[in-house]
Amino acid sequence: MSVSPDALVEIAEEVIDGAPQDDGARPEIGNRRLRKEDHRLITGRTRWTDNIILPGMLHLAMVRSPHAHAKIVSIDTDAAKAAMNVLGVFTAADFPEGMGACANAWPITPEQVTPDHLPMIGDRVACAGEIVAAVVARSAAAARDAAELVDVEYDELPAVFDALEAMKDEVLAHPDKGTNKSAFWQLDSASAGSGGDVEEAIAKAREDGIVIEREYRQQRLIPAFMEPRSTVVDPTGEQITMWSATQVPHILRFLIAATTGIPESKVRVIAPDVGGGFGGKLQTTPEEFITLAVARRLGKPVKYTETRSESLVSAHHGRDQYQKLTLSATKDGTVTGLKVDLIANLGAYVAVVGGGVPVLGAWMFNAIYKFPAYQFNCQTVLTNTTWVDAYRGAGRPEATFGIERMMDELAAEVGVDPLEIREKNWIKHEEFPFTSVAGMTYDSGNYEAATARAKDLFGYDELRAEQAARRESKDPVQLGIGVSTFTEMCGLAPSRVLGSLSYGAGGWENAAIRMLPTGKVEVITGTSPHGQGHETAWSQIVADRLGVPFEDVEVLHGDTQVAYKGLDTYGSRSLVVGGEAVVRAADKVIEKAKAFAAHLLEANPDDLEFAGGRYTVKGTDQGVGITDVALATFASHNYPEGLEPGIDAEATFDPDNFSFPHGTHLCAMEVDTETGETRMRTYVCVDDIGNVINPLIVEGQVHGGLVQGIAQALWEEAIFDDNGTLVTGSFVDYTLPTAADTISFVTENTTSPATSNTLGTKGVGEAGTIASTPAVVNAIVDALRPLGIHDIRMPCTPERVWRAIVSAGSHDGAAADAAQPHFHDHAPSNADPGATGEGSAQ
Amino acid sequence: MTRITVTVDGSTFTDDVEPRTLLVHYLRETLGKTGTVIGCDTSNCGACTVHLDGRSVKSCNVLAVQADGHEVTTIEGLAQNGELHPMQRAFHECHALQCGYCTPGMIMQAIDILKDNPDPSEDEIRAGLEGNLCRCTGYHNIVKAVAAAAKAGE
Repeated sequence: MSVSPDALVEIAEEVIDGAPQDDGARPEIGNRRLRKEDHRLITGRTRWTDNIILPGMLHLAMVRSPHAHAKIVSIDTDAAKAAMNVLGVFTAADFPEGMGACANAWPITPEQVTPDHLPMIGDRVACAGEIVAAVVARSAAAARDAAELVDVEYDELPAVFDALEAMKDEVLAHPDKGTNKSAFWQLDSASAGSGGDVEEAIAKAREDGIVIEREYRQQRLIPAFMEPRSTVVDPTGEQITMWSATQVPHILRFLIAATTGIPESKVRVIAPDVGGGFGGKLQTTPEEFITLAVARRLGKPVKYTETRSESLVSAHHGRDQYQKLTLSATKDGTVTGLKVDLIANLGAYVAVVGGGVPVLGAWMFNAIYKFPAYQFNCQTVLTNTTWVDAYRGAGRPEATFGIERMMDELAAEVGVDPLEIREKNWIKHEEFPFTSVAGMTYDSGNYEAATARAKDLFGYDELRAEQAARRESKDPVQLGIGVSTFTEMCGLAPSRVLGSLSYGAGGWENAAIRMLPTGKVEVITGTSPHGQGHETAWSQIVADRLGVPFEDVEVLHGDTQVAYKGLDTYGSRSLVVGGEAVVRAADKVIEKAKAFAAHLLEANPDDLEFAGGRYTVKGTDQGVGITDVALATFASHNYPEGLEPGIDAEATFDPDNFSFPHGTHLCAMEVDTETGETRMRTYVCVDDIGNVINPLIVEGQVHGGLVQGIAQALWEEAIFDDNGTLVTGSFVDYTLPTAADTISFVTENTTSPATSNTLGTKGVGEAGTIASTPAVVNAIVDALRPLGIHDIRMPCTPERVWRAIVSAGSHDGAAADAAQPHFHDHAPSNADPGATGEGSAQ
Repeated sequence: MTRITVTVDGSTFTDDVEPRTLLVHYLRETLGKTGTVIGCDTSNCGACTVHLDGRSVKSCNVLAVQADGHEVTTIEGLAQNGELHPMQRAFHECHALQCGYCTPGMIMQAIDILKDNPDPSEDEIRAGLEGNLCRCTGYHNIVKAVAAAAKAGE
């Protein structure tokens, strides 16, 4: 349809005199809007990367090392090259110019030991699953068949897998580096001026107070997003296009340019529908670089899609820390100091933010509490295992687990309810804003309100009574109640803070709004959703702000050519930073359009007010809709002198602080003391995530987060055998929870709006995962504490629980003291403390 | 190569396939039915669940040649004349999906559960979904959606 310019003007004038096009009666923000994203996903009309087929497209299969540490003696590719439909077999030797590199973007110290991480290995593999050759063929099946024919001769080297073993530097993950120790990072409140001297506090408590010392293991986990990673590269034409199942199209594009020398302007990265990430897809991967290199070499589109088994061993893992915690308190349970010693396993390479993830714990171990003295020490080490990086929560679940377990131990020592000990130490709601002993300024929160509501919903007192009755009657099925009053830091992040931590990028986010002449609105966001529902939530924000119908807003993302500026989605940052950028872009549109509206209405801009999508002259019924202004600027036959004819706008938002969601999670676990089986009975959480844009989406985020955290407590662990082979290398052995393993949850919110963004939002993507792990383990330990058990190592499988019970049977089970071992007179062992914390084998 | 004739989402296709071809590969690569997806290589995840003659199967566990002469329904064939299947609607209305990757398999399996048991308890729904993995939703809203669809079907 063609419209003559004159007709357009007529339309504009007609609408100007007409009624407001949207009454704006119901604010979209706060609505349980059903998701815009759903239709394509429930009908199968999806754009997963692996769905893409391009003319002449070839398929890649990778040849991966089965060895954890080995020299490559020779690679014979002849048989593979001769196989039917094979177009080429490539090794590192075929790319003397290199093919880019997997960069570490956050060296936590200037001295950090950072082994080069090349996409394809030609000399020495440092972990199982590394790629030594790639086969390209006309079909994926042909490529995989031929990959079996590549004959690689390895010379195995001694390998080290465990972080504590690696600390000894006896076997080196990278012999050329001379050490496995990558970096040491410390935060000390006395030197920072944010608190007292922790050693003094501990010494004082040893004389006249309480000192709790514990060692906890954060086992290794695998993010295990449901969509395997996939990459398609089309080198046809002037610009290279890469589709990838990634959380970070913008960062990927930047790092491709930075490490391959391809001009950034010649690379377009598209993250189409992406099936989950949980941090696992924020990496720039060897597979992406290899697919890019092979496609460029052959001048043809190339696709690589991993198998699940490849994914589990080669996509980065998460967690894997040893924690040694020392907490000092007065006899009444007022904490006087906390010392944290971490050893974090980075795997074979320092991943993009791998070194920084454990360091994030520095600001989180002190959690919601007013600790006067604090020290955080983190040693990162390299091993011959899969690289480790962010997994949902990234540093905060580890810290939250440590401190929330410790607060329960302190409560047991003092002999009071775990919630009472927390309340004694937490920041009171009237004390916000509060600068923590780690130097973070918590802007808002109300721990009392969330806890009171959670207790109510949970039936706390009734469950405690039932627990007492079961203890009294020596019921073989004991009941435990687990508490977790967590906080976290979200909204990565103030760029200046990141700069001070040597982080390689900023933390801003970008948004743009295009006012289309037909009244539709395009929102371009630099965030890159992969299940979070940004299309819906951003539409709600813009619908309210601009007063346009929700249905008329289209959110565009995940394509560096469309969303040309952004820092993507991770760290619960999208709404807090990216959502605020959208708000600011909308406000700029409103401001720009105001000048045009005034011109069209022949009024003074100062006399106009904007509400419900309409500018009106104050005190009159004369007005014009913002979408009519958009149409008028499209025609541009008549616009104010000195202005450009356009009202589209772009905004980049850099927050001045993190946001600090918090919440109280309560979990009731039944523990069969005869079999070690555990059963979750009730789980209640009340999260304070600030203002909520879409409660439906928030609930979904919480549910999913909870189950990932519960899975760490009960089921999941990535295990390598003595040869460095990933034993849990398929979904048969890496046991994701199923519907039959889980229960329905009770979730609610309290609201203390954040002050770091005008929406007052705090972020919710990781809250459930951060909070739930200690709630579950605290519940199991609570059930068994009368038996003298004070810890069960995760995952708390029935076998581990049963062994803890059996081993505790040799103690005087009735003595409450047995539940609180003190080992300050000897150095805590770094070995698995076992069920009783006394170093007994499991 | 073996010649097979399969009815998929109401249309009949005849193709020569390698005998080793899995049904899921036939659907995705030969027929372009990319609504059905692959999530694992050990038949654990259920993302590729379709209906074979009206009953749910993991299409990675069926050879294309085994589907010869049979009728397959995928997620793409559920909606009729633009009208969503009640289970699709329930998933939408209960926010039973986030990234949506497991969703096609979940919906196909959920329909199968109700075929056997039109009024399942929460435990029965959970048991019925045990072969389908989801990493996003914690299953809470999926279970709710199946219950809602059951209720709507009464």
